[in-house]
Amino acid sequence: MESTRIICPNGHLGFAPLKPDSFHLGVAAKPDFIAADSGSDDVGPGPLGTDTSTSLRQWQEHDLEEMLLAARKLGVPMIIGSAGDTGSNSRVDLFVGMIKDLAKKHGLTRFKLGYFYSEVEPEYLRAKMRGGSPILGLDGRPPLTEEELDATSHIVAMAGVHPFMDLLDRGADVIIGGRSSDSAIFAAAALHRGHGMSESYYLGKVLECASFCAEPYGGKETVMGEVNGSGEVLVTAMSPAQRCTVASVAGHAMYERSNPYHEYVAGGMLDMTHCDYQQVSEKTTRVTGANFMPADEMRVKLEGAGKLGERFVGIAGIRDPYTVRHVDLVIEWARTQVRERFGEDGYELYYNVFGKNGVMGDLEPVKQTQSHELCVVVQAVAPTAEMAEEICMTGTRQMFYARLPDVKGTAGSVSFILDEVLRASPAYHWTLNHTVAVAHGLELFPRHMTQAGG
Amino acid sequence: MEGRNSTRKLIEIAKTIRSKNAGVDKITFDIIFRDRADYDLVRDSRALTRETVAALYGIDGDRISDFVEFDPAFAIKFTLYRVRPSGSPGDPDIFGAQQYAPLMDVEIPLSGKTIVQTIAARDTDPCR
Repeated sequence: MESTRIICPNGHLGFAPLKPDSFHLGVAAKPDFIAADSGSDDVGPGPLGTDTSTSLRQWQEHDLEEMLLAARKLGVPMIIGSAGDTGSNSRVDLFVGMIKDLAKKHGLTRFKLGYFYSEVEPEYLRAKMRGGSPILGLDGRPPLTEEELDATSHIVAMAGVHPFMDLLDRGADVIIGGRSSDSAIFAAAALHRGHGMSESYYLGKVLECASFCAEPYGGKETVMGEVNGSGEVLVTAMSPAQRCTVASVAGHAMYERSNPYHEYVAGGMLDMTHCDYQQVSEKTTRVTGANFMPADEMRVKLEGAGKLGERFVGIAGIRDPYTVRHVDLVIEWARTQVRERFGEDGYELYYNVFGKNGVMGDLEPVKQTQSHELCVVVQAVAPTAEMAEEICMTGTRQMFYARLPDVKGTAGSVSFILDEVLRASPAYHWTLNHTVAVAHGLELFPRHMTQAGG
Repeated sequence: MEGRNSTRKLIEIAKTIRSKNAGVDKITFDIIFRDRADYDLVRDSRALTRETVAALYGIDGDRISDFVEFDPAFAIKFTLYRVRPSGSPGDPDIFGAQQYAPLMDVEIPLSGKTIVQTIAARDTDPCR
């Protein structure tokens, strides 16, 4: 069997621009596919909840333009998964529009543009739940309840290889995917060319974060992966400054994963327990021994974000050493003033005390602050902006009036850099980190084919 | 040598100490070593176990979902459950990227035998 080579220039397209030099070196090596993932749940629940991107439009366009021009010049497919950070329908439409505009801008010859959606309607899940197919929780979460479903603003399903392969089979030159497993984007390309499941999924796993599988550390550089038809995966750094080593490639298997041996996707699990890593040349490491185990039941991962309320933020500083030591009393005073005005519940109020445990909260082992000054960030979340603003203002400004028994400074207990509170993005939380049983891998991912270029 | 240098801090031995989200409900920690000798030294010292990291972070052992000694990458890795999902209001570290600092000062005990073995390994390693 012929080998298949894929280059990946960016582990999260749009979050920061790809580095052109190593990308152009990768293109010059004439790969069979150019592919990248554009999504992440690291950015928090806000973008999915509000159906927006956290990436800048000009950076998304920059990378799509580089990849599209290279792919059309080489005449090879370009594949993008998890469009626009969240992979919601509006983000797929955004990227499809960008591809069409770029094709027109550069006068590209007509090509087939395939895309699929990943959003899931709440009623679909409700019907599953009522029909006796529970929406099971991941990472220790209990099964989804209808109450949690009702409190969810947007839901996306995580596609496996299936919609990508379907669009490749139908001759798509460019694919814009909704929410997808990172590894599936690349695995689909290798499977489409007839390679085995184990090496195809491992290829996807190692390529998904681009140069994070190379060393020295440096993001947004292009990496090439190859499956050579005899079960081996070869991964090569394209940047002159980077190498793919046994340590860097093996190390990547554990990045952002709780377990380095198992990677779950729709339809199965890639077992990397018996992977063997060999340095075969200065910049290339060869991996063998991965084993893909198909699942008995097809379950698809779901992500959902639900709105908690409008949000305001206040900031206060403390320099008096007595007040630094008693910051908990200052906060309790302010909380009490909020409670007297707004009661015990119906809102949320948070204090992050930087200089004490602002970064780690309860995980902070240093229990007694060593700092001579503190910064307190106050967050208030409430059903309306007016209420959130008043709670935040009370919770921030009342620290100024905190009554401490032995304080020397009686003109104000905190400092302000602003005599106001700031409107922040609405507060969301992840309501779904679950899976749903489906009949097949295409069930939740409607596919479409259109054309772009002249 | 023995007695004087009876411990070393993890930060002096490890190549990489990092933390990062592993999905929306967990934070995972990676401690990666340059070579087999450093990895074996720390692993065999039992200074990093499910129990010691739970104590370090002041959490119950059942909040640690995974604790893995990952030979191919010379790495020790553990993962803990967040109390609330990443990015919920009040979460001070949406990416979970700044939770590793307490690991740096973990004291790794060195037996006399281990010191000799470690130094011997270094002397023959051309990468050092």
